Amino acid sequence: MHNFLFGIYPYIALSVAILGSIARYERDPFTWKTSSSQLLRRKQLILGSVLFHVGVLVIFFGHLIGLLTPIQVFDALGISHGAKQLLAVIAGGIAGVMALVGGGILFHRRWTDPRIRQTSSFADIAILAMLLAQLVLGVGTIFVSLQHLDGYEMTKFMAWAQGIWTFDGQAASYIADVHWLFKMHLFLGLTIFLVFPFTRLVHMLSVPLRYFTRPGYQIVRSRRQEPLPERDATRVKPAE
Amino acid sequence: MRVRAQIGMVLNLDKCIGCHTCSVTCKNVWTSRDGVEYAWFNNVETKPGIGYPKDWENQNRWKGGWERNSRGHIQPKQGAKWRILANIFGNPSLPEIDDYYEPFDFDHDHLKSAPEMKAFPTARPYSKITGERIEKIEWGPNWEEILGGEFAKRSQDYNFEGVQKEIYGEYENTFMMYLPRLCEHCLNPTCAASCPSGAIYKREEDGVVLIDQEKCRGWRMCVSGCPYKKVYYNWDTGKSEKCTFCYPRIESGMPTVCSETCVGRIRYLGVVLYDADAIEKAASAERTTDLYDAQLDVFLDPHDPVVRDMALADGVPAEWIEAAQNSPVWKMAMEWKVAFPLHPEYRTLPMVWYIPPLSPIQNAAEAGRLGHDGEMPDVRNLRIPLKYLANMLTAGDEKPVAQALERMLAMRAYMRAKTVDGVIDEAIAARVGLSGRVIEDMYKIMALADYEDRFVIPTTHRELAEEAMDIRGGCGFTDGNGCSTGVSEGTLFGGKKKKFTLPSEAF
Repeated sequence: MHNFLFGIYPYIALSVAILGSIARYERDPFTWKTSSSQLLRRKQLILGSVLFHVGVLVIFFGHLIGLLTPIQVFDALGISHGAKQLLAVIAGGIAGVMALVGGGILFHRRWTDPRIRQTSSFADIAILAMLLAQLVLGVGTIFVSLQHLDGYEMTKFMAWAQGIWTFDGQAASYIADVHWLFKMHLFLGLTIFLVFPFTRLVHMLSVPLRYFTRPGYQIVRSRRQEPLPERDATRVKPAE
Repeated sequence: MRVRAQIGMVLNLDKCIGCHTCSVTCKNVWTSRDGVEYAWFNNVETKPGIGYPKDWENQNRWKGGWERNSRGHIQPKQGAKWRILANIFGNPSLPEIDDYYEPFDFDHDHLKSAPEMKAFPTARPYSKITGERIEKIEWGPNWEEILGGEFAKRSQDYNFEGVQKEIYGEYENTFMMYLPRLCEHCLNPTCAASCPSGAIYKREEDGVVLIDQEKCRGWRMCVSGCPYKKVYYNWDTGKSEKCTFCYPRIESGMPTVCSETCVGRIRYLGVVLYDADAIEKAASAERTTDLYDAQLDVFLDPHDPVVRDMALADGVPAEWIEAAQNSPVWKMAMEWKVAFPLHPEYRTLPMVWYIPPLSPIQNAAEAGRLGHDGEMPDVRNLRIPLKYLANMLTAGDEKPVAQALERMLAMRAYMRAKTVDGVIDEAIAARVGLSGRVIEDMYKIMALADYEDRFVIPTTHRELAEEAMDIRGGCGFTDGNGCSTGVSEGTLFGGKKKKFTLPSEAF
């Protein structure tokens, strides 16, 4: 069972996340959206949404960098395992509380506001509940971590995560003896990947970074098939 | 220099009777769907009033349009690109649906299904969002209809800037006019500039501004970016929608639905040629009062043979150039200078223009001895204050509006002399800088307003751009999402909209 949950299930979850997202983008681009409900109710949204998104983004990138950077890189940089873990606990803790408070506000709004409740799909409510549960578990693991600040436990998770990405058949065994809170957190996290393409979470893949590199402000589309002639400096508006 | 063509619109407010036929036909065609019940791509407001959504003209509040920075460049009033993206988690300038109105319907079923009661059954309103009873409807697309509501609220109207407005609250001095509003299909649209996804674009061939429904991600920056508040967020699909200028009709040479059905014949559609490379400079004019003239400078004279050759070289079809030569929009905006852009100070270079309305002479009892400028009453004595119209149409510059009103009065005086007295009085025409021949042309187009004179729309040359064989069996116009209707009845990815039950009523 342990090997299934942490050795095989990650591949199922990640495959569904990747293939499902591609399929949705290809087959049903009209549904690819943020599903913002700000128009219907402004109250609680701005504070809740900003706290939640900023917190979650810090946590997401913290996990990404913390788990997938080979441990040798940290060693080469002279960052001890204990120091790395302390950084993770402090930064993750602050961001986790931010996201938890923001998510709590958003969940309260979604659950109690009649306009938002009525226009929410099952997936909208379920994914928010899952993220909140994941945040509670994640913040909960901090208290476990505080009991062993040497960073040894943390390196187990790094080995596991990197093992998954490098198709290491033994990956699950690296975390066989960790605290159950961590296992719950990992399982729920993988499940979030599994349901990712079927929820509004896909909007995170559409971060509009291209907005910065888009030349100018205006966009003009044309049906023309042949290119227009070059602009000619001698061509000016005739005097009236 | 790059010549492009756009189908522009002019609305002759002097003839608008406020019947809302344009709004209703538009609604029936385009927004009779879930999620956009509250959205009116076309609505008619009574001015003075704060309008729909509330206070839309106040850009200090909604941050729509552009502003010119100290370096002389323009950027959206919402902020530069990084500022817009920084607000992506919560847009501080987005109106709430109550600023438009909570969409409602009436419980008509109750009229026939009510049990026997002492009181006569009524169809009470319920929310189209939640299905709950609405006790009081508080706003709508024409809430201040014919000066509804108290003056204290109506007079928050932004166009009263610089007007001593108190006296217009008095019964004897009150005034009103109608303002039908739709998307301006701007040359420099802020909605497109604000869209992080790049889903909003302007069509090169006819200037229509559209939202790509498959590319829109619902970041909702366009809603606050548009100073006219004519981009609407569909709360059901999570995408923004706006007036399409009825492009499927325009492409086949037909007028938009609002124009076609206008009973007052106030709407005109015609081609205007413009220089696409001159847009940025025009929109960056230093003083807001220069923007009207700057926009006129962007337009190109289709009668000029040099412009004609350049237009052909830039791919404007010959028929379109011919249509531009007969364009009623060109005549009213450029030749007669009687039409003006709505709020040029937003720097969007709008392409739906308005002819200001004439109004009765203020204080009619004194009209005989006061304010006559020769044969014609002084336009400064008209009931609608000149400054009010100027604030709406020329960023506060009264001269062009006064000239337009004088020309319209001259048209009346000239035609009265001609048809009643049987006299051709060239002096009337000359006083407003026109000739009798031009006035007769104005009369034909503005007063008689025959169908062919109002709508000069060349068909789109699809055959130059598309291989018709490749699109055979296609689904034509859809609402995004390929050939599907955009309404998903419970797909793996979409999720089904929940049904709500209507409130039942019993006394």
